[in-house]
Amino acid sequence: MTFQLEVENLVVRYDDYQVLNQISFALESAKIGCILGPSGCGKTTVLRAIAGFEPAFGGRILIDQIEVSSSHYCMATERRNIGMIFQDFALFPHLTVADNIRFGLKSWPAKERQERVQELLAMTGMLAYGQAYPHQLSGGQQQRVALARAMAPRPGLLLMDEPFSSMDVDLREQLAREVRDILKQENITAILVTHDQHEAFALADEICVMNEGRIEQRDSGYNLYHQPVNRFVADFIGQGVIIPATIESRNSVRTELGSIEGKLPPQREKGALVDVLIRPDDVIHDDDSSETAIVVDKSFRGADFLYFLRMDSGIEVMCLAPSHHNHKINERIGIRLDVDHLVIFDRSN
Amino acid sequence: MAKSKIRSPVSRLEGLWQPSILLTALVFSIPVLTIASFLLHPSGDIWQHLVDTVLADYLLNSVLLMTGVGLGTFSMGVTCAWLTSLCQFPGKKFFIWTLLLPLAMPAYIIAYTYTGMFDFAGPVQTQIRDWTGWEYGDYFFPEIRSLGGAIAMLSLVLYPYVYLLARAAFIEQSICVIEVSRTLGCSVWASFYRVALPLARPAIVAGLSLALMETLADYGTVSYFGIGVFTTGIFRTWFGLGDSAAAAKLAAILLLFVFSLVVIERWSRQRAQYHHTTNRYSQLPVYRLTGARALIACVACALPLIFGFILPAFQLSLWAIDTYAVMIDSSFFKLVLHTILLGVSTALLAVLLALFMVYGRRVLASKLVYASIRVVAIGYAVPGTIIAVGVIIPLTWFDNTLDSYMREHFDVSTGLLLSGSLFALMFAYLVRFLAVSIQSVESGLVKIKPSMDEAARSLGRKSADILFNVHLPLMKGSVLTALLIVFVDVMKELPATLILRPFNFNTLAVRAFELASDERLADSSTAALMIVVVGLLPVILLSKSIASSRAGS
Repeated sequence: MTFQLEVENLVVRYDDYQVLNQISFALESAKIGCILGPSGCGKTTVLRAIAGFEPAFGGRILIDQIEVSSSHYCMATERRNIGMIFQDFALFPHLTVADNIRFGLKSWPAKERQERVQELLAMTGMLAYGQAYPHQLSGGQQQRVALARAMAPRPGLLLMDEPFSSMDVDLREQLAREVRDILKQENITAILVTHDQHEAFALADEICVMNEGRIEQRDSGYNLYHQPVNRFVADFIGQGVIIPATIESRNSVRTELGSIEGKLPPQREKGALVDVLIRPDDVIHDDDSSETAIVVDKSFRGADFLYFLRMDSGIEVMCLAPSHHNHKINERIGIRLDVDHLVIFDRSN
Repeated sequence: MAKSKIRSPVSRLEGLWQPSILLTALVFSIPVLTIASFLLHPSGDIWQHLVDTVLADYLLNSVLLMTGVGLGTFSMGVTCAWLTSLCQFPGKKFFIWTLLLPLAMPAYIIAYTYTGMFDFAGPVQTQIRDWTGWEYGDYFFPEIRSLGGAIAMLSLVLYPYVYLLARAAFIEQSICVIEVSRTLGCSVWASFYRVALPLARPAIVAGLSLALMETLADYGTVSYFGIGVFTTGIFRTWFGLGDSAAAAKLAAILLLFVFSLVVIERWSRQRAQYHHTTNRYSQLPVYRLTGARALIACVACALPLIFGFILPAFQLSLWAIDTYAVMIDSSFFKLVLHTILLGVSTALLAVLLALFMVYGRRVLASKLVYASIRVVAIGYAVPGTIIAVGVIIPLTWFDNTLDSYMREHFDVSTGLLLSGSLFALMFAYLVRFLAVSIQSVESGLVKIKPSMDEAARSLGRKSADILFNVHLPLMKGSVLTALLIVFVDVMKELPATLILRPFNFNTLAVRAFELASDERLADSSTAALMIVVVGLLPVILLSKSIASSRAGS
């Protein structure tokens, strides 16, 4: 297996402040990776270090098996064979759309250059706008030009820094899927930085969740949601609550809502106190259930309701129920657990 | 998050960049530092003589002049700004930009044009005598060559500073604050006095400080009218009494005035940002004026325009038509050539230096560089007279030191190598006008976001390549503007040119002033008119940028 991008124990510092702490990950050829995390976690710095805008203080970065950054070397950005899409797109305002795309093709023969520009204009659906200037385009169109410009020289690695952050929320996922189709069509290895998990899920093959300069978990979107390795990931991805539980046997824990079966780590002893992650879709609304809870709050989300429930013990859980189950606040409703993935953490104090 | 600092891992020159910017800033601060040092200089006999005789007059006249010009520019500037921003009346669009035209008229030119028109032998008083049969002393006519006259002349050409900044402030005020004040029971005038004016106050104060800096810097008008203020005093002490130390000490006191204005101006500009109430631009609340009110508004805007530009320009043209055939000869072309030569080369140097410093600030992102640019930028406030004295003292010292050294060791006399040369003159211009080009270049450079550099790099382009293919096309407009503004400023500059020009080297401004001083007013008009016409170019640029900057209308 060959990796297009390898980041090994990367450390980046600004003056005395350590922004990245021993970051390691790798990305296979033609895969789309994502670095997901809250703002200030250092995710953009990872991207800028890969691009060569920030020197590495320790560790190293390899692009296409060539070392481009280490503690004593920093290859110039223009020699790294990368493409980059910026948060503000950074289109050149004095050049037309076609000239923007052509900008990175300086050394290509004229004929191929022209064909490549046409190809990208067609691929991004911008054929009619080749002679337009960036300020004449909508945000979504500028986004596509930025993508076309970055992809034009067929970079070995495409870097995307929050490329959808200036878009309307409705447009983001649609654009993310469009971009994914184009990247897959061109077989491009790409890495996306974002704080928006839906964007990450829509675009990426694998996701690194980052927090405070560290990678917390590297996995598929599905696993990040259902099998978070720690409380940060559990909290950052999706919704849910953490409730107390006791180890009951080798493969079940006891909670106030009943027993939950699932795989347990072998070192857990019977009777030990733990915490369990309960997602809203783990709690099923069931009028026949003997367990009941009071509706504290609810939010209507179209196809379903998200109920905030308080049980008699005072513990609160969330429940996702189909939209036709319209209950009032303070009403008592029946619930039961249906947990596919048992996620337990050490009891917090 | 990542800082938007541009680090280029390749350039080895960066190590030299910061020290050379700091050195440049230091070199261009020498004149001001020299003058400032004279504040502590021990006083000589001549200085004591000045203190005993004229210093009080200089102080009093300067304060009176500033008060008068302050009132004049305030009333004209704020009235016109209010009318052309928040009222609707016939001709408003015309006035919005023509009210800037007096900026093209140097004060010394308007001063002797008015003298030609209104003094005892001028056409106006002659006509009055013809009609009435009065003789000298039979009637009262205001004396144009007086302090009051100087106040009028300076106010007429300096009010656009107040007008420009006040108008921008009125326009930036949200419709809401004024409408809110109306709903709370304020009349049109009450909402002006209680809301609009206080909100615009920082901008107006900034405009007034600029106008007063120009007032303090003026030499042509006050000298022509024979008024004893600091600039004329410095000339008199320097050339009449031949005492450079006393002249420098006078300059140092003037510098104190100037610096207080600089402090006031910078402070007000900062406050003006806080007073910016909203980013939402809705259609401005327009008070639709009709009938008599519209007529009054029209007249109020027309008067500064007529007296500040149209009338003097008309008079100059009449004179020029009479005299141009005699005046335009080979020596006139030499004047034009000298002026262009000086203007173009200074403008080029100023822009190159500005690029060097402003770029350095962008790339190095250093506080020290930022501070040194701010220091250099003070030059725009310092009167040409002060700079000239501040340039000539260190250069003379340098020349004398070099000369005696060369005589001693090589038996060669280098004489006055620098102090009487074009080098000295251009250096003085740069001290004064570098700020102008820095400001203009900076405004262009902020349009180039750091991510554009990074985008170009990620597309495989090298630094020099990025400079030519991205920065240069984007900067072209502001660089050309900087060139033009510096060129025109150099062309209009009078006192520094008078003091520092090499022997027998004349410019249009100096020639116009000399002819006017010899009472050859009509003869001076060709050169004067040329200065005014070329001076119109940046004013037109300015009015264009104002017209296009207003969002939503």
